[in-house]
Amino acid sequence: MMKKNRIISYSTAIGEALQQEMERDSSVFLYGLDVADHKRTSGSTFGILEQFGSERMFSTPLSEEALMGVGLGAAIAGLRPVNIHIRSDFLLLAMNQLGNMVSSYHYGSGGKLKVPLVIRSIIGRGWGQGFQHSKSMQSIFAHIPGLKVVMPVTPYDIKGILIAAIRDENPVIVLEHRQLYWVEGEVPAEPYEVPLGKGKIFRKGKDITIVATSWMNVEAFKAAEILEAAHGIQVEIIDPRTIYPLDEKIILQSVEKTGHCIVADYDWLFCGFSAEVAALVQEKCFKKLQSPVVRIGFPHTPCPTTRQLENVFYPDSLSIVRSVEKKLELKPCVLPKEAPNSWEHKFRGPF
Amino acid sequence: MVKHAVTKETSRKLYRQLYLIRTAENAIRAHYGENEMKMPMHMSIGAEAIAAGVCHALGERGQVFCTYRSHATYLAKTEETDDYFAELYGKVSGIARGKAGSMHLSSPEHGFLGASAIVASTIPVAVGVALACKRKKTKNMAAVFFGDGAIDEGVFWESWNIACLMKLPILFICEDNRLAVHTSGEERHGYRSIVNVLKQFTGNVFESRTTDVEEISAITKKAMRGYAEQEKPAFLRLHYYRYLEHVGVNEDFDQGYRSQKEFIQWQKRDPVLLQRKRLLGLGITEDAIKKEEGVTDKQIAESIERAKKAKFPDQKELFTNVFYEAR
Repeated sequence: MMKKNRIISYSTAIGEALQQEMERDSSVFLYGLDVADHKRTSGSTFGILEQFGSERMFSTPLSEEALMGVGLGAAIAGLRPVNIHIRSDFLLLAMNQLGNMVSSYHYGSGGKLKVPLVIRSIIGRGWGQGFQHSKSMQSIFAHIPGLKVVMPVTPYDIKGILIAAIRDENPVIVLEHRQLYWVEGEVPAEPYEVPLGKGKIFRKGKDITIVATSWMNVEAFKAAEILEAAHGIQVEIIDPRTIYPLDEKIILQSVEKTGHCIVADYDWLFCGFSAEVAALVQEKCFKKLQSPVVRIGFPHTPCPTTRQLENVFYPDSLSIVRSVEKKLELKPCVLPKEAPNSWEHKFRGPF
Repeated sequence: MVKHAVTKETSRKLYRQLYLIRTAENAIRAHYGENEMKMPMHMSIGAEAIAAGVCHALGERGQVFCTYRSHATYLAKTEETDDYFAELYGKVSGIARGKAGSMHLSSPEHGFLGASAIVASTIPVAVGVALACKRKKTKNMAAVFFGDGAIDEGVFWESWNIACLMKLPILFICEDNRLAVHTSGEERHGYRSIVNVLKQFTGNVFESRTTDVEEISAITKKAMRGYAEQEKPAFLRLHYYRYLEHVGVNEDFDQGYRSQKEFIQWQKRDPVLLQRKRLLGLGITEDAIKKEEGVTDKQIAESIERAKKAKFPDQKELFTNVFYEAR
C-alpha cells in the first residue's frame, strides 16, 4: 500500500522521480543548458549530481539542436536521456531534430530502433517574461506524429508521469508550468507510474465541463469555487494530462453528462489544442451539446512583458467565471476582492 | 596508389564491394525509367571508395549514419540487396516495409543506423551514439557521412564542438564533391580552408583526394588510432567527384554549372577500375575477376526480380511503428 499523506512540492516531486529512476536504471542521465549549475533547473534536481556524478548529470554547450540529436542518438544506442530546457521557447532551436528526426526515427527504421527520450521543459507565465520566455507550444509538438506530449499539474501527477515518461520507449515532451513548481500536494514516497494517455477528473461536477490544460486547471478550480458559491453551479474540470495521445473518452463522457463544454487551454487559441478538443466534442457528442463549445486561451499576439498587458493576455479564473455565466445565461456575480493572479501568493491547491 | 598493406583477400573483398555498389547503381539507372521505383534517387556513383574504405576500416564495430546519398554506404555495410531493392520498389519486404525509401536507409543489425534527407541532421545523432559507446564502454565507434554542404549548417559546428569537448569516439566523414546541390564551395564559403579552421578544435583532421579504397581505409585506421590513443575524434575531408546529377539517374554536364573536363580527369582515377587494376596486378586473373563479378551481377538481378514480384504493404501498415508498443 502506498502511503499518500506526505506533502511535497511539485519541484521536489520532479527531483524525486528523477532520482528514483536514475537509481533504478543506470542508463538514465540528465543534460542540457546549465543543468548542473547551482540553481539546478529551478530547484527541481537538487542532490542528483551529488549522488550520481557528472557523467549522469551535466551542463552542455548552448547547442540545442545538436543536443536534441545527441539525445536521439544516445536513446537509439540504449541509454535513456532526459534533455532539460529551462524555457520551451528554446526548443524551437531544436525543432529540426524534433520534427524531422526524433519524431520519425522509430517509423523510419521500420520499427527496429526505439527512442526512449524525455524532454523536460518549463513553460508559462513568470514575472514579465515576455514573448521569448513564456511559450507553451503543446499544440505545435502534438501536431507532429511520433511525439508524446504531457502537461502534469499536481505533484502526484508530475512524479508518476515523469517516471512513466522515462520508462516509455518513445519520445515524451514534459511541459512543466513554472508556477506549479511551488504547488504542494500528497505524493507517495515510493516510485509509481501515472500512465500516459490517461486524463483525470480534476473536480467533479454535473452542470458544465471545463477541459483545462496545465495552469488553467488552477484557474478553473478557483472559478469553480466562485461559481459554486455564487450560483450553486457544479463545474466538472477535466485535466487531459496528456495532450497526445489524448484521452478522448474522459472528455466525451463528461460533456455527455453536462451538455456544456469550455476548453481552457494554456496556449494560443488559433490552430491550438483548444480547437482540437472543440472539434472532437462537436464531432462525437453534438447531439448532447446544449450550447456551442467555448474556447479560452491566449489572444493571437506575442506575449507582452508589462504586467498591465500581461493581465489582458493571460486568461484567469475571472474570465472563466464570466464565460460560464454567459454560457449558462446567469447574472454576473460579484467577484471576490482577491487579485485574480493570486499565484503570486504561492497557490496551494487541495491536491 | 598506396603500397599494398592488406591481404589479397581483403583487396578482393573491397573490389567486390565497389563492384556491387557500382553495379547496383547502374541497375537502378537501367530500371528507373520503368517508373516502378517511385521515389527520388541520389546516386552514389563516384563515391564508392569512401563508403567501402571507411566501413572496412571500422569493421563490425562501426556505427554509421548517412545522408540521402547513401546507397554506397548501405551496400558496403550490409552487402545485401534483397531488402534494399524491395525498399526502393516500395514493397513490404523492404528495409522499412517501403515506408523509408532511398533517402532513409537503415540496417541497425549491420551497424547502419540511419540516413536523413535533411542536410547535417544525422551528425548530432551520431554524436549521441558515440556518447553511448563511451558511456557503455563498448569499443564501438560512430561514423557520420555528410557532404560539404553540411558544414554550412550550424548543427555541424555544434556537433564537432561537442564531439571534441566530450572526447567522443566518432569520425566525421566529409564526402566532399565540391557541390551543394548545384552550388560550388566558392559560392558558399566565407573562409579560406575548412581544414585549418577545424584544426583549431582538439580533434584530428585529415584530408585526401585519393580514389583508392585501400588508401581511404588506411587514413580511416589512422583516425581511429587517434581516438584509441588520445581520445581524439576526427574529421576526414575526402574529395570525390559526383558522376551524376544531384538527384536522378542521369548525367548533367550539359547544364553548365560544371564541366565535363573535370569529370574526365576524375574518371581516369575511377575508384572501381583502380581496384580492379590492383587485383590484376596482384596476379588475380581476368577470368577469376569476371567470375566474381558474375556472381554479383546475378545477386543484383535476382534481388530486382524478387523486389518487382513482392507485395506492396497492406493499408494498415500506414499506422504501424508510429510509436513503439510493447508486444
